[in-house]
Amino acid sequence: MIINHPLLGPRDAQEFTYLGDAALINRPDWQAEDAAEQFYAYQYLRDNPAGEHRELWFHEGGDRSWLVVTRNTVTHEISNVELARDVARSQGRSK
Amino acid sequence: MRYSGFRVIKEALTGHKGWTPAWRDPEPQSAYDIVIIGGGGHGLATAYYLAKKYGEKKIAVLEKGWIGGGNVGRNTTIIRSNYLLDGNEPFYEMSLKLWEGLEQDFNYNAMISQRGILNLIHTDAQRDAFTRRGNAMILNGADAVMLSTDQIKAEYPFLNVNDARFPIKGGLAQRRGGTVRHDAVAWGYARGADSRGVDIIQNCEVTGFRIEQGACVGVETSRGFIGAKKVGAAVAGSSGRLMAKAGMRLPIESHVLQAFVSEGLKPLLPGVITFGAGHFYCSQSDKGGLVFGGDIDGYNSYAQRGNLPVVEDVCEGGMAILPAIGRARLLRMWGGIMDMSMDGSPIIDKTHIDGLYFNGGWCYGGFKATPASGLCFAHLLATDTPHEVATAYRFDRFQRGYMIDEKGMGAQPNLH
Ligand SMILES: Cc1cc2nc3c(=O)[nH]c(=O)nc-3n(C[C@H](O)[C@H](O)[C@H](O)COP(=O)(O)OP(=O)(O)OC[C@H]3O[C@@H](n4cnc5c(N)ncnc54)[C@H](O)[C@@H]3O)c2cc1C
Repeated sequence: MIINHPLLGPRDAQEFTYLGDAALINRPDWQAEDAAEQFYAYQYLRDNPAGEHRELWFHEGGDRSWLVVTRNTVTHEISNVELARDVARSQGRSK
Repeated sequence: MRYSGFRVIKEALTGHKGWTPAWRDPEPQSAYDIVIIGGGGHGLATAYYLAKKYGEKKIAVLEKGWIGGGNVGRNTTIIRSNYLLDGNEPFYEMSLKLWEGLEQDFNYNAMISQRGILNLIHTDAQRDAFTRRGNAMILNGADAVMLSTDQIKAEYPFLNVNDARFPIKGGLAQRRGGTVRHDAVAWGYARGADSRGVDIIQNCEVTGFRIEQGACVGVETSRGFIGAKKVGAAVAGSSGRLMAKAGMRLPIESHVLQAFVSEGLKPLLPGVITFGAGHFYCSQSDKGGLVFGGDIDGYNSYAQRGNLPVVEDVCEGGMAILPAIGRARLLRMWGGIMDMSMDGSPIIDKTHIDGLYFNGGWCYGGFKATPASGLCFAHLLATDTPHEVATAYRFDRFQRGYMIDEKGMGAQPNLH
């Protein structure tokens, strides 16, 4: 698989390590009433879809950026690559 | 029809006209007592034990393709019970004992061969870990023995004991481990279940669950609605997408694992070897092919095929430990979809929906579990209580902090 890095261009997926579903960006609020329940779901439960999947890849053998890659789990086709920080910021995760 | 040596001779003398199909091809009935989803090893074994041991009537196995087309026919056929943790070892040891009597039990030749499995040791730390594992195995009634480098040299003369990075410093052997003809396991259980009245319905995909007032009353399928008092899902790599139809999110990710077979060779490996440090394991089939594999590819996949980097990684591991493999040509390679759980251990449990039961999370090691998984799932379906060796395989263990994490990797399925 070739991951089209937004800054570096096409890179071999071998340069990356894989974390999992990009929903892991959305860390629950630890002060919420049901924080324990939310963290359980966050840590252990997955949508695990057959088809389009947004997922976190870390460019360990490269610029060490985190990417959100949209990839089809049935065909392995990659349709979109974004910097994870852009995704997180657009969701109001950081200033 | 019972199979026997006498029967083979009789048929040989009478032109082989008496053989009948090993199982029927029935039309689905409108309702069953118990419907099992998935005609892999686990689903078929469950149906077999439900009918044979628990005396259940009116059972169907629904398979979207043909039986044995999933992981039960794609694995590298290794059986063993060399686990460390309490939640696992009694279960896998019971499974190995069931394998030992299985061919007589279901009257089918599954070519079960207890040729032994050897985990190679390269460092002191690994020796400590394997010694501890061997002791845990013995405490649970399994067999385990530590081998020296010289013993390994004598048994496996083709291994590279002097690799610069990973010299072989010994090994943990389980003599009762070995290999099985994997498709024959599906066929043997199918035949045994069918002869006890179980309907095995192929080309019948479950597309949804009918849930009324919190209880599952049947399944929607590509061949129409089928009612059921109880529904058990045993679909391995498809667990996530099937259970999503019941609104469930599972502690499971689907990943692809590849396997490889070389051309047939003269006897080279007497048993199974695992070279964990190099991500490589290998055995030799009765036809002479080297059957080998390594790690999962490491990203979510439902594709049943992997990518080349893992091929390279596996072959490098093979060259390091078994250099002779470099002269063998590769005949076939393929992939299967693993139901990788969050702690690397399986789930056999009720769901929060009445009448809906789940069996999955087998990762890359569910073939060896087939007999025990079938028996324990049958026990749960028939009695509504977990089998005594499967009490740890609950859904809520993640929430309650009772993970069974053999590798100590945490909730990172691609590392288990
Ligand atoms: C390459 C590879 C090597 C392996 N090596 C080993 C090994 O050496 N030792 C070991 O112990 N384990 C090994 N495994 C793991 C083992 O094969 C699996 O854990 C085990 O086979 C899973 O259980 P099963 O046989 O029931 O699965 P499967 O045979 O996959 O059965 C599941 C069935 O469910 C069906 N299904 C799915 N969705 C639906 C639906 N909606 N409706 C109806 N039917 C459906 C599928 O078609 C399939 O036939 C390996 C796996 C692979 C891929």
